[in-house]
Amino acid sequence: MILRPGLDDLKNIGYYLGKIILGLGLTMVVPIAAGLVFNEINPTLDFLITLEITLICGLILTRFCFTETELDWKQGMIVVSLSWLVATLLGAIPLYLSGHWKSYLDACFEAMSGFATTGLSLAQDLDHLSLTHNLWRHLIMFIGGQGIVIVGLSFLVKGSSAFRMYVGEARDEKILPNVMHTSRFIWLVSIVYLLISTVTLGIVGIASGMRPLNAFFHGACLFMAAFDTGGFTPNSQSALYYHSAPMEIITVVIMILGALNFRLHYHVWTGNRKEIFRNIETRSLFLAVLVTFFITAVGLRAINIYPDALMLFRKGFFQLISGHTGTGYQTIYARQFVTEWNDLALVGVICAMALGGAVCSTTGAIKMLRIGVIFKALLEDIKRIILPERAIVVKRFHHIKDLFIEDKMARSALLITLAYLLLYGAGALVGMYFGYPFLLSLFESTSAAANVGLSCGITQASMPATLKVTYIIQMWAGRLEFMSVFTLIGFFVALARGR
Amino acid sequence: MKNLKAFGLGILACAFFFSACLAYAQPIRSGELIDKASAYDGQTVTYAGEVIGDIMLRGDYAWVNINDADNAIGVWLPRAAAVRIIRGGTYKSKGDWIEVSGVFRRACPQHGGDLDIHAEAVRIIAPGKPLGERLDVNKRNMAITLVVCICLVLISRRLKTA
Repeated sequence: MILRPGLDDLKNIGYYLGKIILGLGLTMVVPIAAGLVFNEINPTLDFLITLEITLICGLILTRFCFTETELDWKQGMIVVSLSWLVATLLGAIPLYLSGHWKSYLDACFEAMSGFATTGLSLAQDLDHLSLTHNLWRHLIMFIGGQGIVIVGLSFLVKGSSAFRMYVGEARDEKILPNVMHTSRFIWLVSIVYLLISTVTLGIVGIASGMRPLNAFFHGACLFMAAFDTGGFTPNSQSALYYHSAPMEIITVVIMILGALNFRLHYHVWTGNRKEIFRNIETRSLFLAVLVTFFITAVGLRAINIYPDALMLFRKGFFQLISGHTGTGYQTIYARQFVTEWNDLALVGVICAMALGGAVCSTTGAIKMLRIGVIFKALLEDIKRIILPERAIVVKRFHHIKDLFIEDKMARSALLITLAYLLLYGAGALVGMYFGYPFLLSLFESTSAAANVGLSCGITQASMPATLKVTYIIQMWAGRLEFMSVFTLIGFFVALARGR
Repeated sequence: MKNLKAFGLGILACAFFFSACLAYAQPIRSGELIDKASAYDGQTVTYAGEVIGDIMLRGDYAWVNINDADNAIGVWLPRAAAVRIIRGGTYKSKGDWIEVSGVFRRACPQHGGDLDIHAEAVRIIAPGKPLGERLDVNKRNMAITLVVCICLVLISRRLKTA
């Protein structure tokens, strides 16, 4: 028998959702301040209006649903999945008001793409978008990369509710014993890298001929989108705008930093540098990059589009690492994937996108820990078959500490992997239904579901609304790694059919 | 008869010259260049659009990105031509509208495989201009109305607490 959620459940969910909304509202102070500094009047008003709507929603929810009860696991998951939807609806308002998105659905697509750190964009005339709106596009990637709930946890939510929401946001690893300290550490890491990278990218930008203000603005935006493996840029050409090899090298480094586990960052920061070489995730990432780049390079070599080896490496490796880390920066045009690259090269990039980076990082997709565990479990099973029946096969791996592979762990990794594969396939089917070829549909679908943002040209304002909604759902489910989404679906079923 | 032949040849030469000039002057769209990059690779093309963002000077040359409303393409041009460009398009300005003729590369060997145009001739068709920003009265009114709404919500919270 399904139990219908009671009023207390709804109040609990509403109260914590209200807190997260208030936390989101606080972040809108940044673009408002920037709008005043840049002297952009109407964009500032767009954010003022949105801030006010956000505050009204947050204040009403926290007042009328006031409770002192802690969240249980189910409620925590529901708050998380609802927070992402509400953040998308609210975050899309200033974008829509700017007039650079053709419809509110397009603005919602952009906002979800930003929060989920995907990077697919439906912006029109991006090169004339205000600095204030551009800052918001990148800031939502920064917020989404750390986690919308992390914003609330850092300032507004305490107690066991905090940990339940933290886990619901696809972060099942605590760095420090206290979840609030963990979220503050994540902010510390991000802000230190933000400062270093903005200065570095700014200096490189000036050396490349950009105006100083623009260079530092682009530097900050590029960092936010690269470290949070998002992929937005303040211009329509993505990373190709800069025509600069040093800029590409620095963004590759930032993308890789963003794809590493925050726990690994913690250990490296506290002096345990050997962990980089011993950790199963970094080893798996290294191997996966090698294999997928080999496939891509063989594909590109076969058509000889880049006759020079250095050129092949620069173009092939940049798109590949951008896909593997889930960033989505491009130094080729979207249509070039279709008209210039062959199927083998595309398959290499699709595989890279599908695999992703580390758990507890800002990347999406299946992730390296799961790939490593599945691979080790497979090896263990093969050994069991080969060795005598009496032999005891024990498989271990190193992830911060030495761990044994248990059936439960392997099963969980396989289930999530299967869920991702189904999500990639489902989006590809919808794309094919609308007449796009199989490989291109799979490319775009994988890019959306794995929160990558590389595009082969399907993502455009003119694409069917159903496909836009499909990609929005894929970005949302992919970012939250399913559990919170399944719980929310179950909640609505219980509301409709429960007793 | 000889004169007639010469006249006919002259007409043909003129027709060829003018059609070549027309074809040269007709700018190619960025979508066409990107979609049929291999067909245009190494050819001299004419491309026109708005200069957007920065004019990035690099030694004796410079990079400008030119947007024809579909896509922006990077153009590598001599510094002397680049300094004639006054404005790049941003939120607050419309960039200079320029036309360039030059060699198109789908994967430029000099620039790490970028799809670009190496300009040989640059013509400024229309200078850019600053875009004045007018206060949107509807947005202002909405912002004020919402402030009143927030005050009402806060008052109702206080009343309920009391």
